[in-house]
Amino acid sequence: MTTTMTTDATATRVAVRAASVTKTFDTRGGIVTALQDVSLDVAAGEFVSLIGPSGCGKSTLLRLIADLETPTSGELSIFGKTAERARLDQDYGIAFQQAGLLPWRTIAGNIELPLELHGVPKAERRARATELLELVGLGDLAGRFPDQLSGGQQQRVAIARALAERPSLLLMDEPFGALDEMTREYMQTELLRICAETQAAVVFVTHSIPEAVFLSDRVVVMSPRPGRIAEVLPMRLGATSGRADDLREDPRFFEMVTAVRESLHGGAPSGRGEDR
Amino acid sequence: MTTDGLAPALRRRRSPGVWLRRSLLGVGGVLLVALLWEGYKLLGPEEGVLVGDARVLPRTTDLAMPHVWEMLARLASGTTRAPSADPLWFTVGEAALVTFGIAAAGWLVGVAVGMALALVMLRWRLAQASLLPWVVLSQTVPLIAFAPLVRSWGARLELGAFEWQDWMSVALIASYLAFFPVAVGALRGLESPDTLHAELFRSYGVGWWRTVLRLRLPASVPYLLPALRLAAANAVVGAVVAEVSTGLQGGIGRLLVQFAGQASGDPAKAWGPIFGAVVLGLVAAGSVALLGGTLRNYRRGEVSA
Ligand SMILES: Nc1ncnc2c1ncn2[C@@H]1O[C@H](COP(=O)(O)OP(=O)(O)OP(=O)(O)O)[C@@H](O)[C@H]1O
Ligand SMILES: [Mg+2]
Repeated sequence: MTTTMTTDATATRVAVRAASVTKTFDTRGGIVTALQDVSLDVAAGEFVSLIGPSGCGKSTLLRLIADLETPTSGELSIFGKTAERARLDQDYGIAFQQAGLLPWRTIAGNIELPLELHGVPKAERRARATELLELVGLGDLAGRFPDQLSGGQQQRVAIARALAERPSLLLMDEPFGALDEMTREYMQTELLRICAETQAAVVFVTHSIPEAVFLSDRVVVMSPRPGRIAEVLPMRLGATSGRADDLREDPRFFEMVTAVRESLHGGAPSGRGEDR
Repeated sequence: MTTDGLAPALRRRRSPGVWLRRSLLGVGGVLLVALLWEGYKLLGPEEGVLVGDARVLPRTTDLAMPHVWEMLARLASGTTRAPSADPLWFTVGEAALVTFGIAAAGWLVGVAVGMALALVMLRWRLAQASLLPWVVLSQTVPLIAFAPLVRSWGARLELGAFEWQDWMSVALIASYLAFFPVAVGALRGLESPDTLHAELFRSYGVGWWRTVLRLRLPASVPYLLPALRLAAANAVVGAVVAEVSTGLQGGIGRLLVQFAGQASGDPAKAWGPIFGAVVLGLVAAGSVALLGGTLRNYRRGEVSA
């Protein structure tokens, strides 16, 4: 489970490859097609956002990649392996809308959790947790408990935890959804910095158009019923590391926001799917 | 770490003033009961309070209601008139210790069985559907009433060199009363983590057992502690009553019966083992509370949830 060099070798290729992935759920009300015929490649180190109206299958796609669900049909490979293999090899780190910290563990203990479960020696765990806490700017809170932290701080701990095993892929489902606008923008900048440092590929689910535009190399616009990829928009806003807050006032930024918005409206005939 | 960031519930738990206030409240409660007792004894009618033919409050004679100080003084004097006799408090204490040991054994067995049942029900849905009704139903069978039967079944047991002791029947009945709250509480606790946490552990590729150990068991502590406390109280009650009905020597149940028989000549003496039983219950519940104190961090969920 340690981050071996083999992932780096495959990293030059694709992080995620989905080939006509379809997912249906058998519910009491009949069969729900959450995803139909979704094909998508995410290159190693690339930041890809999924955006689309509620219920279009963004979370489902993310959960398929994470091997929390299995595709009904189609092929899914992560760094050339099956999703299950990639999960067992700890190739990805995951963060959800809720931080989901264990309340009985300290902040450091929460970050150490995946390392502990995979038998990393104590000294090494400690060192990694300290390092990650610095990275997310919570160095002085290591001994606190989750209930003593603000929502934004908890979310940063969750991100640090997702990074603990140096995954080459980060899966994030609306990680900043519960945060206020200020914290949110701050976290976005932080995330870009972290990504530039770790060189991880990111699949990022969001409802916010500006967030998707600011963060991504490519934005995947999805449409509902059944969930499909409507359009993939390249952002061309500079390298991850070069992006900073002033980009938010850049005319190119607004152009891209408009492009994503128009694509969303085109894909959602009902007129829903507007960002918040 | 500063205290200003602590959640209010934790700050409350840590301040020493709370302990003082709680102990004062406890002492005050005991004093109040004593006061009510003496007050009723002083002002109440000799024949007690009757509604029709039914006596709803007891007679206030010294026979039925000895003075508080008499009962306390009786504890300090000899159990029997013999000059070599132990003081009553010592006899009661000794018996209470025996019962405590039996109840503790019953409690341990009950906790083990309850936890095992909860794990089986957690592991297999089918087991939960088929076992849970029986677990609930089991408590409608008043095993205590069958205590003498249990004892005679035990006496007939032959397992090589192992010989069934009478106290084991009592412990068995105690465990029968103790396992139920544990099974139900533990199952609820083990099922308490949300899917988010369960999926996180799945994403770590961790198996069922380690998920139980690292996630479900710690998460169940807030549910488990009240269950363990209830189990302790049940085990004590079960042990005392089973001692009475099986006629087991040495425990406080036996003393209760024996001294009640002498109540006409020595009314205060009968209250000795009653106080003993009360203290026993408090000690049992207190032991679990101590356990809860060491697990304080696992109860942080209570604050936010
Ligand atoms: N476990 C499940 N059982 C049945 N149906 C499900 C399940 N999970 C998702 N679905 C259905 O699949 C569709 C896609 O759900 P999904 O959660 O992926 O949407 P989403 O794009 O993430 O929406 P949101 O933006 O609101 O989070 C929805 O219609 C949902 O009802
Ligand atoms: Mg979702």
